[in-house]
Order: sequence, then C-alpha cells, then structure tokens
Amino acid sequence: MSAKQVLIVIGNGMVGQSFLASLVDSGLNDHYKIVTFCEEPRAAYDRVHLSSFFSGKTAQDLSLAEPDFFEKNGITIYIGDKAARIDRDNKTVTSSKGVAIQYDKLVIATGSYPFVPPVPGHDRKNCLVYRTIEDLEAMTVAAKTGKVGTVVGGGLLGLEAAKALKDLGLETHVVEFAPRLMAVQLDDAGGAMLRHKIEQLGVLVHTGKNTSIITDGEQCVNKMCFADGEELETDIVLFSAGIRPRDDIARDCGLEIGPRGGIAINNQCLTSDSDIYAIGECALWNGMIYGLVAPGYAMARTVAADLAGNEASFTGADMSTKLKLMGVDVASIGDAHAKTQGALVYTYQNGASEVYKRLVVSQNKKQLLGAVLVGDASGYGTLLQYCLNGIELPENPDALILPPRSDESVGLGPDALPNSAQICSCYDVTKGAICQAIEAGSTTLGSLKEKTKASTGCGGCAPLLKAVMNCELAKHGYVVNTDICEHFAYTRQDLYNLIMVEQIKTFDELLENHGKGKGCEICKPTVGSILASYWNEYILEKEHIGLQDTNDTFLANMQKDGTYSIVPRITGGEINPDMLIALGQVGKKYKLYTKITGGQRVDMFGARVDQLPHIWKELIAAGFESGHAYGKSLRTVKSCVGSTWCRYGIDDSVGLAVELENRYKGLRSPHKLKFAVSGCTRECAEAQGKDVGVIATETGWNLYVCGNGGMKPRHADLFATSLDKETLIKYIDRFLMFYVRTADRLQRTAVWMENMEGGLDYLKAVIIEDKLGLCEQLEQQMQYVIDTYHCEWKTTIEDESKLKRFRHFINSDKADDNVVFVEERGQIRPADEEERKHFKIVEVA
Amino acid sequence: MAHWVDVCSVDDLQPNSGVCALIEGQQVAIFYMPKEKTVYALNNYDPFGNANVLSRGLIGDIKGQPVVASPLYKQHFNLQTGACLEDETVTIPAYDIRIENGRVKVSINAE
Ligand SMILES: Cc1cc2nc3c(=O)[nH]c(=O)nc-3n(C[C@H](O)[C@H](O)[C@H](O)COP(=O)(O)OP(=O)(O)OC[C@H]3O[C@@H](n4cnc5c(N)ncnc54)[C@H](O)[C@@H]3O)c2cc1C
Ligand code: SF4
Ligand code: SF4
Repeated sequence: MSAKQVLIVIGNGMVGQSFLASLVDSGLNDHYKIVTFCEEPRAAYDRVHLSSFFSGKTAQDLSLAEPDFFEKNGITIYIGDKAARIDRDNKTVTSSKGVAIQYDKLVIATGSYPFVPPVPGHDRKNCLVYRTIEDLEAMTVAAKTGKVGTVVGGGLLGLEAAKALKDLGLETHVVEFAPRLMAVQLDDAGGAMLRHKIEQLGVLVHTGKNTSIITDGEQCVNKMCFADGEELETDIVLFSAGIRPRDDIARDCGLEIGPRGGIAINNQCLTSDSDIYAIGECALWNGMIYGLVAPGYAMARTVAADLAGNEASFTGADMSTKLKLMGVDVASIGDAHAKTQGALVYTYQNGASEVYKRLVVSQNKKQLLGAVLVGDASGYGTLLQYCLNGIELPENPDALILPPRSDESVGLGPDALPNSAQICSCYDVTKGAICQAIEAGSTTLGSLKEKTKASTGCGGCAPLLKAVMNCELAKHGYVVNTDICEHFAYTRQDLYNLIMVEQIKTFDELLENHGKGKGCEICKPTVGSILASYWNEYILEKEHIGLQDTNDTFLANMQKDGTYSIVPRITGGEINPDMLIALGQVGKKYKLYTKITGGQRVDMFGARVDQLPHIWKELIAAGFESGHAYGKSLRTVKSCVGSTWCRYGIDDSVGLAVELENRYKGLRSPHKLKFAVSGCTRECAEAQGKDVGVIATETGWNLYVCGNGGMKPRHADLFATSLDKETLIKYIDRFLMFYVRTADRLQRTAVWMENMEGGLDYLKAVIIEDKLGLCEQLEQQMQYVIDTYHCEWKTTIEDESKLKRFRHFINSDKADDNVVFVEERGQIRPADEEERKHFKIVEVA
Repeated sequence: MAHWVDVCSVDDLQPNSGVCALIEGQQVAIFYMPKEKTVYALNNYDPFGNANVLSRGLIGDIKGQPVVASPLYKQHFNLQTGACLEDETVTIPAYDIRIENGRVKVSINAE
C-alpha cells in the first residue's frame, strides 16, 4: 500500500473507543491513518459504571483509554471538537471548530442522548439528565442546596439514577408513566415485587403518572403537576425516559434513517453509503436500537473485521440483563414477556422472602425462551446458558426456579457448556477463551479477569467464571496448588483456622501435627504472623524468634548493605518540637541518614545491628515507641491537619488518626496496612489510596477500603457513609480481623478483595450485615489484640538475654568492615562497590 | 590437617536461627537446629546482595536439603555445601563445624 487511506471515526464513546482498540489489535492502524472526533471534553470513559463516580471514582478512574493510547498508535484525536457535517460527494468531514478532513472510510459512533419529554418547564433550573460526567457534576451541585430529587422514568437507568439521588442524601421519588417499574424487562408481578422492595429502601414510587407541566414550587425549586391532578414538589428533576439515537449528522447528509430514528445498517454495519458504517447506540439494525454496550462492541468488532477483509456479520444480540438495583437483584433473559407463540410459563413467588421468578419455555418444554428473576438472581448464569446455547431443559423445568429441597444442585455444570458459550456478555468472553487463558497460566480469579476482561463489566458472570475456572483447573489435573509451601498442604486461611480451633501456640506444634520437614522462609514467617495476630505474644520469644524475617528479628528494616533503618511511631504524623529535637539528637549522635517518609514519619538509616538497642534506649527515654515499620502490620495513619487548623476542615482528622493508630498499632497482618484520615472531601491525606481511608463529611465519616498505592495503584471503594465514630471503629475492627483471618500471605487488601467471590458487596454483607454471623467474634479478637499491645522495643531492651543477639559477631566486639559510608548532600550513604574498594585500600595503607 | 578453632559455647547460638562469628579474619555464619542437634557453618557474605548478612537469614529445608534464605533477595544456599539453589554457578564457602563438650568448633581452612 502506497499512501495510507484515511479512516475517520465520529464519536469517541464506549463503542467508538472499543472500535479503535479492535483496529489496533488487528494492526489496521498500520494501514489507515485514523482520525477521531470526540465531542466531550475527555476521551472515552466507562459510562456503564458512571454511577461509581458518586462512590469516589474519578473521571480518570473511569477512563477507557490509556493516556498514551492515541499517540502510541498513531491515532489523531480532536478532543472537545464535534463533527458538524459530512459531505459525501467530496468525502469530507468538517468539525465545529473548522477542521476539515477527507476520508476513505467513515464510521459513525455518536451514541444516543437522553430523551426529555417536551412538557412545559422541562428546561427549568435543576432539570437534569444522566449520561455524562458533566451531568453528574451538575447533579452534585444541585444536590448541595436541594432536599428532594425526582427521577422521571422507572426503567433500568432511572432506578440507577434514583440510587444516586438517594446516596446524595435526597428524599427520592421515581415517577413512571407505565403501570409498573422496568416495564421493558419485567412482567406485572415482577415489577410489583421490585417496587415493594425499593419502597422499603425509602424511595417513593409513583406509577401510571403523566407529567403535564413543571412550574415553580413552594418549598422546593420545582413542582411537577400530573395529568390526574396530583402534584409533587421537588428540587431536582432527573429525566431518564429513554434514549434517542444521535442520527442528525447522518440525516443531514442523506443517509437512510429509520422511521423512528436510528442510522439504518446492514449485517456488516454499513449504512446506505458503502463507505460509511454506523455502530453503537446510534445504529438501527433490523428495526432495533440496542441500548446496551455489548451489542455495540459486537458491531465494532464486525466493522474492524470487515475492514481487515475478513468475513464478519452482526446478527443481533442478546438483551438479557442482570443487575443489582439498590441492593435488589433483578434479571431478565430473552423473551421475558412470553411473546413467542405457544410459550409456556412457570412462575414461582415467595412473598415471605420477596422472591419472584418466572420461566418462559417452548411449547415442547425443551428450550428455555426467557426468564424474569427478582430478589434472587443467583440462577441467572445457568438460565442464560440454557437460553443462549439452546441446551435441552431437564424434565421438570420448574426445578430450575424452585428452591432446592435437597442438597442437590440443579444448576448446569460448567462442563455441560460448549466452548462457544458466552460467559461474559459485557466483553463477549467465551468459555473457550477462558480455558485458553487458564492454560496460559492464569489460575486465579484476579488474573483471569485481568487477562480476559471477563467479569470486569457488570460483574454478573463472576460466579459462573469461577465455576468454569475451578472445573477447568480440576479437569486439566492442574490441581490448583494452594498449599502455602512444601511443608504444609494448607492455605494461609487453613493454617489460621487450625491454629484457632486447636489453640496451637507454637510453630513446632503446628509442624508436628499438620506439616512435614523443617519449614522454610515462606511458612515460618506466615505462621509467625498468624500466631502473633492470634495470640499477640512477644515475637522474640525463644519459640518464635526463628520464625521471623530478619526485619522482625531485629525490629528494624534491613537495607542493601546489611545496616538497618529505624522508624519510631509518630501517631497521625503529629509530633511536638521536643520529640522532634530528640529525634534529631539521636540521629546526629549516631550519624544516621534521616529522611521523611511518605507516611509522615522520620526514617533514620545506617544503624549497625549492635547500635540498635542503644539507639532505642534513647528513643524510648524520649517517649517514642516502636513504629512497626519492619513488620507486616499497621504502618501509619496519615492525616491532614483537619478542622483544628484548616479553614475547610469539617472534622478533627488528626484526632481520629491518632486514635486509630493507637488502637491498631502492633496488629500483625498478612501484609502491611496503611490508613489515612482527611478532614474534608478535598482529601489532602490521600485516604482513597489506602487500605483503610476515612474522610470527614457534614453528615459523618465516610469509610473507604482496599485502596493501594505502590506498584499497582487502586482507588479505594466507598464502603459506608455518614458514620459516627463508634460505628466507624466497629466496621474497621471487623474489616481488619476478617482480612487477617482470610487473606493469603503477602496479599494486600486490594488483591484480597479482588479475588473474593462477590467482591465489595460480599464484604459489605459480612462486615455490615453480619451475613456470616462472625462480627462479634471478630470484634472480640480485635479487642484482645488491643488489650495485649506492648511496645516490642521496650520489651526487648528490658531483657538482657534478648540483647545478646544484637551484635555483629558472637565472639568479637568488632563491627562489620564491609559497611562503609561516604558523604552525599551533607549526610551519609552506603559506599558503592568502587568506593568501597578504594576506601579499603586507603585504610589498609 | 584440619585446624579447629574454638568459637563459642553452644548456649551462645540461636536455636533455629543463625549468628555470625569472626574466625581468623573471616565472617562465618553459624546455624543451629537443636531438634536435629546439628550445626552448620557458611561464609556470611551474600554474593548477590554484596553484604555480610547470611547469618540473619531464615533457615529450613527445601526438598530435603537444609538451607538458609538470604534476607536481602531470598536466594537459598545449601547449609552443607554452600551451593546456591537458584543459580548453580554460585557456591559460597562452607566450613567444617562440630560441637565438642558444649563448645562450638570450626575449621575454616580445611583442604
Ligand atoms: C448511567 C448509565 C448506566 C448504564 N448502564 C449500562 C449497563 O449496566 N449495561 C449496559 O450494557 N449498558 C449500560 N449503559 C448504556 C451504555 O453506556 C451505552 O450502551 C454505551 O455507552 C453506548 O456506546 P456508544 O459509543 O454507542 O455511545 P456513547 O458512549 O454515548 O458515545 C458516543 C460519543 O459520541 C459523542 N458524539 C456524538 N455526536 C458526535 C459528533 N457529531 N462528533 C463528535 N462526537 C460526537 C458523544 O459526545 C459521546 O461521547 C448505561 C448508560 C448510562 C448512561
Ligand atoms: S482534607 Fe480538607 S480539612 Fe484536610 S487539609 Fe485538606 S482541605 Fe483541610
Ligand atoms: S520504591 Fe523501590 S527503591 Fe523506593 S523504597 Fe520502595 S522498593 Fe525501595
């Protein structure tokens, strides 16, 4: 190919971006010069998870394109510039800022816009929609001054928006024109059950309501008047009454448009112009607009394949959905309304436990045509597979929705699924693709998610993904070896349980009863840590000392030259001048290199092992305690200065940080733990990057969990809001102990949760709702650890026999002559190899 | 002829762990497993980390071989031979060691 052809993509939304990614994957960016117009002020982001913006995700977290995606792949993107006109005669696209580019091929991916019914007053103040990050920002602003919010539209999106209003602290209403909620997906009985559940959560539902006008309110900004004469005062009106394809640009250049809108496309996603494709929510295929992202992705793949000269066609998509709406499971599969001729319906309704299920099966009872699930959607994965893959139903199909009367599960084993079975519909991941990834070495849920993207969309397929994974691993004789090492055929969690149940107090006892060999550097520190978490005995006791990593053995952090660094505890980063001076004096006296840590403490480097007890004697005399920087345990609780000094502060973040640090100091855990507390949502303490983060708000403390900095940063998840201090501490107690009990060795909280089946929701159920009935035990265990806290350095310097260890040589008072320092920027640093050679020669001579 | 140096008393050793002794100018890491009544002696220098730290490593066994794991980058060394398990081109000096009447004796220049 001589000169590159030009490919223009109009719209950089979810589907437009997925299309660009498909182009890059198939190397087409080498054949085409690719240009994309992006109307929004930022490149594509995850609209499906838009609501997580309210639980702390930022625009950046939601971004779908790596920052260097466009540059790296030679794609030109015009951000904040809308394509205004297509000139098909000259094959040119002109943007609103005046950029004009000729194309060889054109792809329209302009998506849709929220439909706002043209009632008088629909454009009044605080009348909003829910589609972009800017819309959410507008909601947040409006919610600051308002008390009541109303969503117009009781569909999927409307209910999601209602949850957002509720979370913003507003009295929330849903107004629906149809006689039931989620009219598209649910039948009457399912809709009624959903309504009941949602009302219980405090959302007021008004069905069969036709809004006739919106005018000035008396108590609120707005008043909605309905056709039946009723009225509703509300500050915010949020329209979620369906979507309309953005087909203007196609209409204006004469492309074929459907009678009710939508750019008409064929099976190759070509419009009526053979050089122009349309994909995503702006496209009309076979009279259908798909308001979901998965069909759009399928269209994107089709076009990419077509351009690459491969045969491909889009032949419709499944519209089944499963989601959690305000904590209520709702799912709808296939022909939920039994419109197929001769279809038979089975219904199961359990008023007491508020579960509604409905199966639609073919006349001969062999095929599943559709299903509706409300209140319990655990059967979704199995039912969807029956439906999508035409698997023959069991003799009594109703067994699939009746509660199991025996232990026997009627679920469809993953083994019964063909390789082509789609497991994750968001990212179109088949069972075959998952099996391949497993064979290539992904043997944990976390790494499978990362490799295949399965279950990273709506998450509905997580249980099925896990089932497929377990079944495949077992089948391949790939016994997933979860043994901690060759000495113990157990996981860390198993070992914890053994120690707890049999009240085992030493490594030797555990090894004798449950292990083999002598142990190693994997199992010894792991067991040492569990014993310390559970019994909280002094880690340098004779039976425990051989279990500790060298850092723990010497209660300091070994550095590259074998010297140690020392970090005394400075709770919450708060330190008075006298203590600061004392630190300086010790540093100066022992010629230590000093540096401020990221956790708001002072780290002093270059101490020889024999100096450690002397240094600590002085530190303890000055009032310091061990900072446990050497242990897998609570490191710091970072804090901002908070309401005491800061003019924006809402609560005393330093006070809380000091209290939390004192509460949890010394707790041994599977990996290190970092906390932070911010005094307001400006978040100066960066609490959302910590294992436990707390942020003050007007209504109480917000708790975030499982964030991480380091190699793989992860934004923490909002766990609970508006807590008083007592509840906050209770949740943290339980959270930490549950982590200590169940995590793998060296597993930070972020990875721990990502690998947990059920993820954040499960964790909330365990910690907040006490689903496992464990909370009391967890709190007691934490209290025990708190009550038995002691400063390890204080215990050590008070015990002569323990000090024997703190010498470089057992038979000489000499120091290690390999430790050599040179000076840099006015402080010491370890000499490098060259310098060391030189130094030694000089010394000898 | 082996030349045995009296180093210290058995009580000076750390059970299930290591200590370092200075023997004729050499740094020697001495490990003690009381249950097996065994002692081992290796050079204290970690050739990967370039520091005198092996006496502060964790000990145990890997597939039946007694080993110490370097506290810096976790390579394993066979306590009897000094062979590195991760890199067969690396072997560190291992020394003869024995316990006599409660005293620890090491011979560092055995030929
Ligand atoms: C709150 C919310 C929750 C959702 N939840 C789900 C869910 O759980 N599951 C699911 O499957 N789907 C869900 N959806 C729907 C899903 O987001 C859409 O199906 C998907 O975004 C469609 O992708 P698209 O690229 O076609 O449109 P969009 O993502 O809207 O992208 C179109 C882009 O094109 C831009 N554009 C338009 N015209 C022009 C022009 N002339 N020039 C330049 N740029 C232009 C637009 O500004 C926009 O950025 C949800 C949507 C919302 C709003
Ligand atoms: S987080 Fe808020 S209270 Fe704390 S320092 Fe920043 S602005 Fe002030
Ligand atoms: S970032 Fe790397 S170099 Fe810096 S302290 Fe951490 S481990 Fe060491």
